[in-house]
Amino acid sequence: MSGMLNSTIARKVAMALSAIFLLIFLLQHFIINFTSVISETTFNELSHFMGGNFLVQFLMQPILIFAVVFHFVMGFYLEVKNKSARSIKYVNFKGSANSSWFSRNMIYSGLVILAFLVLHFIDFWFPEMNYKYIAVNPEDPTRYYHETVEKFHNPIRVIAYVVSFILLSMHLLHGFQSAFQSIGFNNKFTPGLKAFGKAFAILIPLGFIFIALFHFFNQ
Amino acid sequence: MAVLDSKTPQGDIAKQWENYKNNINLVNPANKRNIDVIVVGTGLAGGAAAATLAELGYNVKTFCYQDSPRRAHSIAAQGGINAAKNYQGDGDSIYRLFYDTVKGGDYRSRESNVYRLAEVSANIIDQCVAQGVPFAREYGGLLDNRSFGGVLVSRTFYAKGQTGQQLLLGAYAAMNRQINRGKIQSYTRHEMLDLVIVDGKARGIIARDLISGKIERHAAHAVVIASGGYGNVFFLSTNAMGSNVTASWKIHKKGAYFANPCFTQIHPTCIPVSGDHQSKLTLMSESLRNDGRIWVPKKKEDAIAIREGRLKPTELSEQERDYYLERRYPSFGNLVPRDVASRAAKERCDAGFGVNKTGEAVFLDFASAIERYGKEQAAIHGNNNPSADEIRKLGEEVIANKYGNLFQMYEKIVDENPYKTPMKIYPAVHYTMGGVWVDYNLMTTIPGCYAAGEANFSDHGANRLGASALMQGLADGYFVLPYTIGDYLSQDIRTGKISTDTPEFEAAEKAVVDQIDKLVNNKGKYSVDHYHKKLGKIMWNKCGMARNAKDLADAAVEIRELREDFHKNVLIPGSAQSKNSELEKALRVADFLELGELFAKDALHRNESCGGHFREEYQTEEGEAQRDDENFKYVAAWEYTGDPSKSELHKEELEYKNIELKTRSYK
Amino acid sequence: MNLKLKIWRQSDANSKGKMVDYPISGIEKDMSFLEMLDVLNEELVAKGEEAIEFDHDCREGICGTCSLQINGEPHGPDRGITTCQLHMRMFNDGDTITIEPFRANAFPVIKDLVVDRSSFDRIQQAGGFISVNTSGNTIDANSIPVNKHDADNSFNAATCIGCGACVAACKNASAMLFTSAKVSQFALLPQGQVEATERVMNMVKQMDEEGFGNCSNTGACEIECPKGISLENIARMNREYLSASLKK
Repeated sequence: MSGMLNSTIARKVAMALSAIFLLIFLLQHFIINFTSVISETTFNELSHFMGGNFLVQFLMQPILIFAVVFHFVMGFYLEVKNKSARSIKYVNFKGSANSSWFSRNMIYSGLVILAFLVLHFIDFWFPEMNYKYIAVNPEDPTRYYHETVEKFHNPIRVIAYVVSFILLSMHLLHGFQSAFQSIGFNNKFTPGLKAFGKAFAILIPLGFIFIALFHFFNQ
Repeated sequence: MAVLDSKTPQGDIAKQWENYKNNINLVNPANKRNIDVIVVGTGLAGGAAAATLAELGYNVKTFCYQDSPRRAHSIAAQGGINAAKNYQGDGDSIYRLFYDTVKGGDYRSRESNVYRLAEVSANIIDQCVAQGVPFAREYGGLLDNRSFGGVLVSRTFYAKGQTGQQLLLGAYAAMNRQINRGKIQSYTRHEMLDLVIVDGKARGIIARDLISGKIERHAAHAVVIASGGYGNVFFLSTNAMGSNVTASWKIHKKGAYFANPCFTQIHPTCIPVSGDHQSKLTLMSESLRNDGRIWVPKKKEDAIAIREGRLKPTELSEQERDYYLERRYPSFGNLVPRDVASRAAKERCDAGFGVNKTGEAVFLDFASAIERYGKEQAAIHGNNNPSADEIRKLGEEVIANKYGNLFQMYEKIVDENPYKTPMKIYPAVHYTMGGVWVDYNLMTTIPGCYAAGEANFSDHGANRLGASALMQGLADGYFVLPYTIGDYLSQDIRTGKISTDTPEFEAAEKAVVDQIDKLVNNKGKYSVDHYHKKLGKIMWNKCGMARNAKDLADAAVEIRELREDFHKNVLIPGSAQSKNSELEKALRVADFLELGELFAKDALHRNESCGGHFREEYQTEEGEAQRDDENFKYVAAWEYTGDPSKSELHKEELEYKNIELKTRSYK
Repeated sequence: MNLKLKIWRQSDANSKGKMVDYPISGIEKDMSFLEMLDVLNEELVAKGEEAIEFDHDCREGICGTCSLQINGEPHGPDRGITTCQLHMRMFNDGDTITIEPFRANAFPVIKDLVVDRSSFDRIQQAGGFISVNTSGNTIDANSIPVNKHDADNSFNAATCIGCGACVAACKNASAMLFTSAKVSQFALLPQGQVEATERVMNMVKQMDEEGFGNCSNTGACEIECPKGISLENIARMNREYLSASLKK
């Protein structure tokens, strides 16, 4: 097992496993966020639970951060490796003839998502960390909804979010099924899984966009 | 004229190989480590021989002109491989395979070699399955068989239409295992340009690295030539573009006799020539003749109208068509052997009934098979009153299942849909039964120099049956050579390393370098292909499917003149010190230009018709081949004496003790 | 047809190459792509210029020798074929056609359009075989029945011709499709089980050492593969590799 990450396949599998973890996280994140559209109370309750639960804060959160960092670092590393496997480029390379734009440009959709994450951290995570662990403010279980909604009053931020989610969708359109292929899942269920992946890749980002726009127009 | 000794073991033919193996000298494993063997060519025969010899412990060097051993032209064989397994329980046996092969070869092959081939055939299948060759299987998980032209049993094992590929990849894998162990050194993009003989024995080769142009010396205790056939002497053939006679021809010039060069197989089902630009002909598997019916129009006007595009073949009624094979050979019909089918097509086209713009094509029509299968399928599906469209659709599905890849290949090349309009086919040069003369040990007349596979002459006589070439290549490589070569090498255990630093290597290298220098410095007018195409035309028109004395005599003269012109006027741009495909071709064509003359000479001397060799003067009243067993029941082995026209004939009389000589009849 | 060809010329492995324009006329629709290049070479030779070097041999789509990146795609715009089976009817009068060698660091250019694909051979040598002696003393071919479905899939994987189109098409120059085809062929047969662990580990190790890129599942290889080798083989190799590395 040791030194497993030395092989191309192992790296891809690791990449895929972190991706699958992130997919689950994304789904969970979406469900909680979506409650903000339906009920302020539910949203606050769930957020309060996530923000205060020891397991979530000190086990899941570090794993998540590790997964995110790993996924990005490995993504860049593989991209560099892959680029260097063909040092003399084609004069004419017609990638569009045999593969989707999304699949060939994961690095760019990934970079946009990274930029988005920075914004997202500045918007929510850093203030949250500051609130809880640095400033050590007293917990107010009803603060979450307003903190969140308030962020969507700025149209520039909303546009940035919408664009990022479109890129996220593109990333997932390839990434979802790619992750399963990488861990060796390709059988009679694959067509179904691919369809599900497509739905996931479109609906989840669309949902996030809906939430952002909902709060923007309902201010 | 010397009498050749085939070194055939005495006694009961069924025991010969067993007895032979029990009585040969062996080399002990410790000594094998000190013995080197060179194998030229990495197809089925060469690849298999190299793998087995390396596995036994010899140090093997392999040479191929391709960029990988896996690309040898054995890979293109489609139909299958015969083996006397009798899995179908349809009465097959070693004897029957032996009999069919000798008869199919029109009684011009050596009984003992063919019997041995039939005997080891079953082992080949066991071996290949163990190596992971994915043969076609039945639903029960056991191996499937199909039947092939000219025989009455189902003994052909196959892997869809890619049997040659799968078998070659098996041999390549066996080679890879030995390369991995360090027992084979594989020299790719190398061409053997001469044989080195020291003290009367083959002791090495001179090879050219096709990338750097470097001329290299390689020494060994024995040399195996497994470089395939010489069909490309016709320029247009189903052979790969690089297939050549050079290795065989070079050893011939160094003393190996060349046997029956005129025995060439012209395969009936190839895609016709479309124009002057054509570089290569594509074979369509013989299996198509199981369901396709071959015809031309009955009336010449119709043929002309079709040629000019004024008439569609589908517009002709049954009465207006001439199913000439069914007419001439009612009992075998469209499934007559290859030589017979090819000649019949030529006869019709020569008479003016050809159906494409060049006038050299006949139809291979699947319409009736589609209808027959369609009706069958409709009945199976419980449709008792199917419409014509339904029948067509169901029938086409069956045909697509059986021949889908071939139909697709045809459509890509010709741009016509063979489901809707009959295919056009015409015979093309496909395989050469002739080759380097070898004895029972597969040794040429040069001690220590062996020839295996298509490169030798031994097993197919004057005509090869379908699915037998793969069998012979693997039999020679896996199961025959490793024994026979060991017997020879047992004398060499004290010889020690062969040095390349000897006058013999020096001289051979110099001759090669001189030949190359002369070619690249020639600064003539015409390209190599210019000459190769001309040679091909002479060969096809005068030494092709039907030959006569006058044409053959003319051909010999014309080839000679062409050769002289070639050496005066060929133009090869670029240098000899880098990759230079024009130079590669020139070296090959130079040899074809010599072989061609010997070919014509051999065909001219053989005053009979047999198998693939059809002399117009020797035919029955119905136009069938007329063999002359009294005067020509021998192998014609030619000795090089400095000029192909002066080659000396040696005869190996053929004896048929186990099979009665008969006239082949497919009526 | 009249065409404008842009062809990569490079005199040897160590020199720098460049694209050179060659106008050509009188091309017929029925010609194959390589016959079109033959015509061009005839013209060059007649002028005393060096012919363009390109790999080709069987010209019937099975030996895997021919390569060429034609208008940005390995084996050109048609599907399910090799360059030698590509016909000029796929192009139109007046077209510009770019012709480049297959590009990958693991496929260094030898001259003009000819590349060195011996890295593929070395991957095969690392484990693409079943270690059985060719003595003929094996068990009867029918003593181990093989499920027809598996046998057929094994065959489908085994039809790889090793041309390198997968690598050429892949934006990462990955050799996963090639390597997985051989791993799959044996993984699907009972005969291949004994050495399964070593085989996949060794072949992947060699593949990595040759400098091929990683697979990022774009699927370009499968589309461009002249033999239609399926991506399922890559997934299978991933599984084989995972289970092998857990065993090791």
